[in-house]
Amino acid sequence: MNEQSITVRGKDRYKSGVMEYKRMGYWEPDYQPKDTDVIALFRVTPQDGVDPTEACAAVAGESSTATWTVVWTDRLTAAEKYRAKCYRVAAVPNSPGSYFAYIAYDLDLFEPGSIANLTASIIGNVFGFKPLKALRLEDMRLPVAYVKTFQGPATGIVVERERLDKFGRPLLGATVKPKLGLSGRNYGRVVYEALKGGLDFCKDDENINSQPFMHWRDRFLYCMEGVNRAQAATGEVKGTYLNVTAATMEDMYERADFAKQLGSVIIMIDLVIGYTAIQSMAKWARRHDMILHLHRAGHSTYTRQRLHGVSFRVIAKWMRLAGVDHIHAGTVVGKLEGDPATTRGYYDICREDFNPMTLEHGVFFDQQWASLNKLMPVASGGIHAGQMHQLLDHLGEDVVLQFGGGTIGHPKGIQAGATANRVALEAMILARNEGRDYVHEGPEILAKAAQTCTPLRDALEVWKDVTFNYESTDSPDFVPTATPVM
Amino acid sequence: MRVTQGCFSFLPDLTDDQITAQVQYCLEKGWAVNIEFTDDPHPRNTYWEMWGLPMFDLRDAAGIMKELAECRRVYGDRYIRMSGFDSSHGWESVRLSFIVNRPAEEPGFRLERQEVDGRSIRYTTRAYSVDRPEGSRYAGEA
Repeated sequence: MNEQSITVRGKDRYKSGVMEYKRMGYWEPDYQPKDTDVIALFRVTPQDGVDPTEACAAVAGESSTATWTVVWTDRLTAAEKYRAKCYRVAAVPNSPGSYFAYIAYDLDLFEPGSIANLTASIIGNVFGFKPLKALRLEDMRLPVAYVKTFQGPATGIVVERERLDKFGRPLLGATVKPKLGLSGRNYGRVVYEALKGGLDFCKDDENINSQPFMHWRDRFLYCMEGVNRAQAATGEVKGTYLNVTAATMEDMYERADFAKQLGSVIIMIDLVIGYTAIQSMAKWARRHDMILHLHRAGHSTYTRQRLHGVSFRVIAKWMRLAGVDHIHAGTVVGKLEGDPATTRGYYDICREDFNPMTLEHGVFFDQQWASLNKLMPVASGGIHAGQMHQLLDHLGEDVVLQFGGGTIGHPKGIQAGATANRVALEAMILARNEGRDYVHEGPEILAKAAQTCTPLRDALEVWKDVTFNYESTDSPDFVPTATPVM
Repeated sequence: MRVTQGCFSFLPDLTDDQITAQVQYCLEKGWAVNIEFTDDPHPRNTYWEMWGLPMFDLRDAAGIMKELAECRRVYGDRYIRMSGFDSSHGWESVRLSFIVNRPAEEPGFRLERQEVDGRSIRYTTRAYSVDRPEGSRYAGEA
């Protein structure tokens, strides 16, 4: 392999026929990425016998200007500018046969403010390219010049908190269960009970749209009755994520308009509606003072395996640009995939204005967010009040903790479940602020709070042994310095 | 009923020692502590009356507790909340807020429903206390 450019130049570059990608200008080891370049980091696993540098150059080529053969029409363009340039190839530690390819793309390759356009290039054709066994998009550096072309989160963490008048603690939510089958009337009952008991939010599940057992309008009407009753009963602002996911944009707008008309503070969409629909809803949400919750339905089909797909950290970056306000980003301790370090990386991407390169968290680039609104991460799936100290430690304060089963499954009912969670949370925040070592004293702090709160005592008893300790399928490769192969 | 706005409303009312510790936490973070009071606890009543300006320069929790005691002396029959304000870039907002004083009786809120088109309902939350003029909303007030 080579450290110097082997790009063919001049007339010979455009002789008809097939030429290796690495000779066509897609491998430029001397290239210094510009501040305005988009940079993508791929994990490339070439087919046996394929030269790694050529494979990486091919990824650069196929995700930008190249086709399989030389074309003379390149000469009608500023082709060298438009070619993506792989400028660094490094073996992936402890993963024989896989290589990190750093590829720089000129800003002019992308339409401003369009995730669809960005992804059509970066993950468009190239993932099916035959000389590769597998390909994974690990991370991206989005230049400020590009970030500034996006709206970003419609509301953002700060304004969401101001609107809800809730500061200094994680927000609490619950997904209504069972996720399918409840009538609108029964569904609204769950919302009312959970909110009155102390939660801030309830949530539709990803696959609750408009089915024979519950038409969407029915759900919205009964949910808002529950929300308003709970608001009057507590004096707090309450909300429920009304899922407006539907078959067409027209349907989604209709549902979102109805949610707004009923006074909901928040609506919800699923990742499966697609990037363009997400951006449309984000613009709608900004126009209508609505918080926009995103459920990452479907993401594990491409985020979970290390060798192939797209890392969730990239999806989180795209979603911050696209403009949602909430995104499910893992719990660490719950039932769904996510090791602590990788999850920390996702949370930083959502919430910080600047992400320094932190390889141990899987963050490969410095990323400036240029004051783009912050995106509230949501922790959901298999968590309960007894884990409050761990949740606060791993996930921090700006997060929505969603206890679905952990609220509705409480032996004394939904209100009791909600109260248990809220008391556990407030007790933990109080202790943390008092300077106590809440991570280690967590069980003690909870037990003390349970002395004056029977619902919490019951919750701690019933879920005391519930943990989900399985090995993670996607953890950082933990390389403080990547080793160049060349 | 019990108004559950703020960070610690589900816990037993905080003692002065507990409040002092929270104030200390705010000060250590570099936040300005603010005392506000109201007799209209509507969930969307954003602007409670300010007990003086946010204490940008006070660095001693005891000084702030003295202000709280004074505020309680004058407005002890109303809701009083304390908040920590963070002026750093990207926040420039409240970071912690909690109730430190409540009226003896909390009558709560009435939910009014206006039936409109179809099955739609317009909801209005109204604090019972605001049926009386400001300043005479809670028992024991002149």
